[in-house]
Amino acid sequence: MLKRHGHETVLAGLVVIALLVMSFQSAQFLTTGNMLNQGRLMAEVALVALAMTFVIVSGGIDLSVGSTMGLCAILTGVLWQNMGLPLGVVLAIIPIIGLICGLFNGFLIIRVGMPPLIATLGTLALYRGLAEGISQARSVRGYPEWFAGIGQGSILGLPTQIWILGVALVLAGVILGLTRWGRTVQAIGYSEPAAHFAGLPVNATKYAVYAVSGLAASLAAILFVSRVSTTRSDMGTGLELDVITAVVLGGTSIFGGRGTIIGTALGLVLVQVLKNGLSLAGVRGDGTLVLIGVVLVLTLVAGAFMENRVRR
Amino acid sequence: MIGSTTLPPSGTGAVRRFLREYGHEILVALAILALLVGVGLYNPRFVSARNLTTIFSGNAYIAVAAIGMTMVIVIREIDLSVGALIGVLATISGTLAVSGAPIWVAWTVPIIAGAAINAISGILVAYARIPSIVVTLGMMAILQGGLITATGGTWISNLPPEYLLAKMTVLGLPMPLVWAIALTIAAGLWMRLSPFGRSLYLIGGNAEAARAVGIEVPRRIVAVFMIHGAFAGLATLLFATQLQVIQSTTPPNLELIVITSAVIGGVSILGGTGTVFGSSLAAVLFATIGSALIFVNVSAYWLRAFIGTLILLTVMADMLRRKRTMKGA
Repeated sequence: MLKRHGHETVLAGLVVIALLVMSFQSAQFLTTGNMLNQGRLMAEVALVALAMTFVIVSGGIDLSVGSTMGLCAILTGVLWQNMGLPLGVVLAIIPIIGLICGLFNGFLIIRVGMPPLIATLGTLALYRGLAEGISQARSVRGYPEWFAGIGQGSILGLPTQIWILGVALVLAGVILGLTRWGRTVQAIGYSEPAAHFAGLPVNATKYAVYAVSGLAASLAAILFVSRVSTTRSDMGTGLELDVITAVVLGGTSIFGGRGTIIGTALGLVLVQVLKNGLSLAGVRGDGTLVLIGVVLVLTLVAGAFMENRVRR
Repeated sequence: MIGSTTLPPSGTGAVRRFLREYGHEILVALAILALLVGVGLYNPRFVSARNLTTIFSGNAYIAVAAIGMTMVIVIREIDLSVGALIGVLATISGTLAVSGAPIWVAWTVPIIAGAAINAISGILVAYARIPSIVVTLGMMAILQGGLITATGGTWISNLPPEYLLAKMTVLGLPMPLVWAIALTIAAGLWMRLSPFGRSLYLIGGNAEAARAVGIEVPRRIVAVFMIHGAFAGLATLLFATQLQVIQSTTPPNLELIVITSAVIGGVSILGGTGTVFGSSLAAVLFATIGSALIFVNVSAYWLRAFIGTLILLTVMADMLRRKRTMKGA
């Protein structure tokens, strides 16, 4: 257990330590109210990070998730307010838009053969540009109350997001760890030619992985718009940094082939604990940005050293 | 791609070789020309001296930053932190200038600091073997967050007039323009003619081969990141001295614009090819497009969508060209 899940064990230990330190720092930290609220706040990043785990395990990367989220957020507002579509219909269209964004990334990477990094860097600019162009930097407000219920309401005393996150977490964990499809994703990330020669559906799987990433970003957009009750074109800016940090922190190899959903979940919790704890301790948001950067780099350095030792 | 310098080329052969070697650069130059003529006919104010100065001189710092980025991409790495770095260096330089340090100090410190900060990224990439994309993503967060934390978002004003390098002229030409041209030519010749410069193409094209012929690849990677940092410092001088104030935030999406300039200028993201002439021309093309949008009454909010489309189209063309040459060979 320790040998196979060494990284996750260490990470779980770190989470516990961080929780203890933060709860001594501030009395408000370890309260049920605060914990539930943190769960609400981290939902958008978490949804995208679960999908990103598949992308990175498959040996790819998706830098466009923040822009996809921005575009979907803007379209929610524009389709509803400017085009006059019923909000219920809009909520059905937005996930399709997210899927299309993801499939287009897949097209560029699989069909055209672009490196994932550069393809999604391009669509990062393109999707954000579309969001800015379509919205002309105008924000949309005045959403109906039932819609705000998704992002601000509760079911059986728990915030809606916790339920959604719980389902997504279990689903992603089972798919990546226990199904044939999940193993295919890992095989592709470990060695794409080998997966190809083993007769695995490499291209179809990669398309699906990027499509799911886009879909997750669109769902995050709906949650976010509903939670803050406004739409702006800069929504989701820098999301990719938070997401990639959580995934890499969770022990997923940036070279692909190896990673777990539990790891990503722990990575997400650690980042959120640090963010929340620091803000309760009076550190401003930009200070936590530094911390996230440092944590990301240190994790990678530690991972690189461990890998070198294993190889030797 | 690396031109041989053996036989003196003769007659039409030389022209053809020049066209083949610099085809992409010529294409970008023609695109600029077409835009200037086309939009100029639609709205003559577009080609007024004042607007041309704004286009060329006001964006010269992007060309300078793209020189270093070109070297980084040629060795098959990438740097997402350059925009944040320029923001940090601008604040360092401006703080020195208003605190009464000699002007030459305020001008040289950013160049050295740029190289020093990027040395960290370079070492992590070269020796810890972490992909540059993630290293520089982390660096971007550290620099961006650190800058706002340190300054609290205040602006630096009351800059001494003799500090404002970008407002000076040489022989009637704006200083940024002169710098961009001089640095492009110097860097371009250095990459083409010097053993070090040429080794970068080998590292990017085939790192294994580079190692086999005795090039110390990790050391060169660190060196390239440091040179890139120094160019970011030079770009900072042109960027920070344009206005009377320095905002202590990082210019939004600057790294994207710089990377795009290199890519559109013909620097292959797969490493091993591309020149700084191309990247500098692409920086100009970029600025021209941005300005043209305004003059043909397209909202500037569409600019980023154009940038994204341009990146994707250029890389696609690059991929297709590579496929064709591979089949031909």
